Amino acid sequence: MGALLEVENVSCFYGDFQALFDVSIEVGEGETVAIIGANGAGKSTLLASVAGLLRAASGQVRFDGALVGQMPAYRRVAAGIALVPEGRRIFPSLTVEENLRIGGHRRRRGPWGLREIYELFPALDVLSGRWGGTLSGGEQQMCAIGRALMGNPRLILLDELSLGLAPKVIKAIYATIGVISQQGTTVVLVEQDIGQALAAADRAYCLLEGHVSLHGPTAELTREHVVAAYFGVR
Amino acid sequence: MLGGLYALFATGLSLVFGVMRLVNLAHGDLIVLASFLSLVIVDNVGWNPFTTLVLVIPLMAALGFALQYLLLNYTLDSGLAPILATFGLSVIIQNALLEQFSADQQRLHVGSIETDSIRITSEISIGWFSLIMFLVAVLLLVGLQLLIRRTRLGRSLRATSDDQRTAQLVGIDNRTLYAVAMAISLVTAAIAGVFLGVYTNFDASSGPARLIFGFEAVIIGGLGSLWGTLAGGIVLGVSQAIGAEISIGWGDLAGNLVFLAILLVRPRGLFPGPEPE
Amino acid sequence: MSTHGAMAPTVAVVRRTWTSAVAAVALACILGVLVTVPWWASQGLQRDFVEFFTLLTMAQMWNLLAGYAGLVSIGQQAFIGIGGYSLYMLGDRGGVHPFGAVVLGGLVAAAISIPAAALAFRLRGGYFAIGTWVIAEVLALLTLNGTDFGLDLGGGVGVTIYSAALLDRGLRAHGTYWLALGAGAGAVLVAYALLCSRVGLALTAIRDDETAARSLGVNVLRTKVLVWIVAAFGCGVAGGVWFLNLVRVDPAAAYTVNWTAYMIFIVVIGGIGTIEGPIVGTIVFFVLQQELANYGVWYLIILGSVAVLVAVFVRGGIWGVVERRFGLNLFPVQRRVRIDPR
Repeated sequence: MGALLEVENVSCFYGDFQALFDVSIEVGEGETVAIIGANGAGKSTLLASVAGLLRAASGQVRFDGALVGQMPAYRRVAAGIALVPEGRRIFPSLTVEENLRIGGHRRRRGPWGLREIYELFPALDVLSGRWGGTLSGGEQQMCAIGRALMGNPRLILLDELSLGLAPKVIKAIYATIGVISQQGTTVVLVEQDIGQALAAADRAYCLLEGHVSLHGPTAELTREHVVAAYFGVR
Repeated sequence: MLGGLYALFATGLSLVFGVMRLVNLAHGDLIVLASFLSLVIVDNVGWNPFTTLVLVIPLMAALGFALQYLLLNYTLDSGLAPILATFGLSVIIQNALLEQFSADQQRLHVGSIETDSIRITSEISIGWFSLIMFLVAVLLLVGLQLLIRRTRLGRSLRATSDDQRTAQLVGIDNRTLYAVAMAISLVTAAIAGVFLGVYTNFDASSGPARLIFGFEAVIIGGLGSLWGTLAGGIVLGVSQAIGAEISIGWGDLAGNLVFLAILLVRPRGLFPGPEPE
Repeated sequence: MSTHGAMAPTVAVVRRTWTSAVAAVALACILGVLVTVPWWASQGLQRDFVEFFTLLTMAQMWNLLAGYAGLVSIGQQAFIGIGGYSLYMLGDRGGVHPFGAVVLGGLVAAAISIPAAALAFRLRGGYFAIGTWVIAEVLALLTLNGTDFGLDLGGGVGVTIYSAALLDRGLRAHGTYWLALGAGAGAVLVAYALLCSRVGLALTAIRDDETAARSLGVNVLRTKVLVWIVAAFGCGVAGGVWFLNLVRVDPAAAYTVNWTAYMIFIVVIGGIGTIEGPIVGTIVFFVLQQELANYGVWYLIILGSVAVLVAVFVRGGIWGVVERRFGLNLFPVQRRVRIDPR
């Protein structure tokens, strides 16, 4: 039984600096998986290598059984992988609606269209004519998620959703993640905020300085385990 | 009136800069290349220069696409390489044209419309052709503006120029997009080349002057704003005209001095658009 | 172990490698031989050498600007022209001995480079490049129309430098040669000295990451302006020597962008960002010039094509390849920490 996403023994470098050491993770279709870890642990690097922004120096990335390691990022989108990047990265020269529309650039078929996104995030409907650069943090996050969804991905990667957002906003956004997951989309969350991540996910991996230090179903992970794995306490 | 045309040179230049931060030093020579292409067709097939656009435009577009895709795309990781590569291209094109056509002055002819003029007052008359050139330039600028604001392609261009990494994340193929942008830039160069070839003499080494005028129009008008570029072109054209009135050799010099003055006093140009990243 | 505590290992910052020591000796010998050239070489060979060293000077300057300070200038011909015309002005009108006028011409160029910087530095990257070109064009136009400003520089026809022409033939030939050799060797040494100094460290930092350098306290602007002025001086002197050799100067020859083309080709093909690169490049350029002399315009097309391909696909040029393969470093600029354990 192949998982939707298989990362096998992947190592990644930024120049001479090694960010990931032989990392392996597995995500089954429909699952919600959390990847937690401190700053610099390699979480974003992992997502970047899955999304295609970074080439792994060694190891494989398999999506739905096919090797995608050599595919450039824009092709992986067509294959069904979408990344909501850290910092949201909304296009300032595009309006909210254009940002959403461009998410559908690859025209993949699926349940998500402009109307459905506006239903999920009614606030965006109100903001649809505003320039991307004028949005608040929470609005940007909604727009970024909406943009990724417009590509009707099978796998959506969320990098540091809660960064810089107020708790109330974070809660609201995580609620929508639940809705997305219910639609059948596979979700991988990267978070520094352990509480939210573990509550939302079925399984979790913890990264420490480029290695997997802990993994398992969230129901079975105790607080002690997690803290130890997160901080590297022996 | 020449201002419209200068704006046209400038647009091709700033489009490419806006999308991929590339300053195409060969742009002027590509404009001249287009003039020569038109000339070849006129000489061999006897068409009217404007009709040659039907061939020249697709040819230049294809050239631009190939140039970007096969060569210039590989320079984008460096600040130095694109300048060096396009400068080298400029030299190559100039000398290839020199080889092929010798150093003779050339001109494209369209008949009496070249010299016909409309009298506005007893003192001022505007050449029909200058007026047409200006209108065409404005039309083209409007067209480009629409392309960028309203179409899917324009959206992709804006997104990529904002943030090319994230653009990849929504499925935009950078390399092809850049090639398309360069193709569009060369289409403007093609039109500019043909019109300019009718308006005035040209030869193999006219390229650099075109580049400089286009560049000055961009800087005077302000980076990042299409209409600013038109304004810049007009200011430049007017300065040159005034300079030439004083003394023939002064036309270009006056334009350059105005440019330097504006650079000194208002470095962001007269109508700067949003600050490019 | 002594009870005084083990001494910490001594640490030294070292630059020499054995290859560079060998190279230094070899280069000193070559230099010695070169000094004697006027006494045994033909006129033709001497002129070739003058051309060689002038180009080498310009190439080293351009390399400093583009390879180290990140300033890609396509307007250095402005300073070359200033060098040439200063020679005329100082020599013929000012009564200065032509040999001295060459050096003073460099200073004039350096002086003019300061207001030029005030203008050009308002632009960045590719636009900066074009800006420098505009400045060169403006100077050319001013020279051309000089009479309108009350400065007769001979307009488009140019002027003959009588103060040079009237010198004794042999003296002029010898003097020009030694000036050229001085300029060429000087350019290499000045570049090397600059890069070994703190300015050099600043430059390398700027080259690697300008923002980071600035945050470390490097005065980026001042460093760049310094290099700009030095380069202007170098090009001014080179221009002076060139036109001393030619005995006449006109705007087309003085301010042609071909100067920049040659500089770029030499540095790109030889190896940008190294001191050895321009030397190699000038040699290659010269050889090619001889080989392709009969092909007229094709020579520039071929040179241009090679330069473009090298600029895009073989970034470090010839010397870059050599450096990577053999780890050779004749002018070592890198500092290494040598630890002597005690």
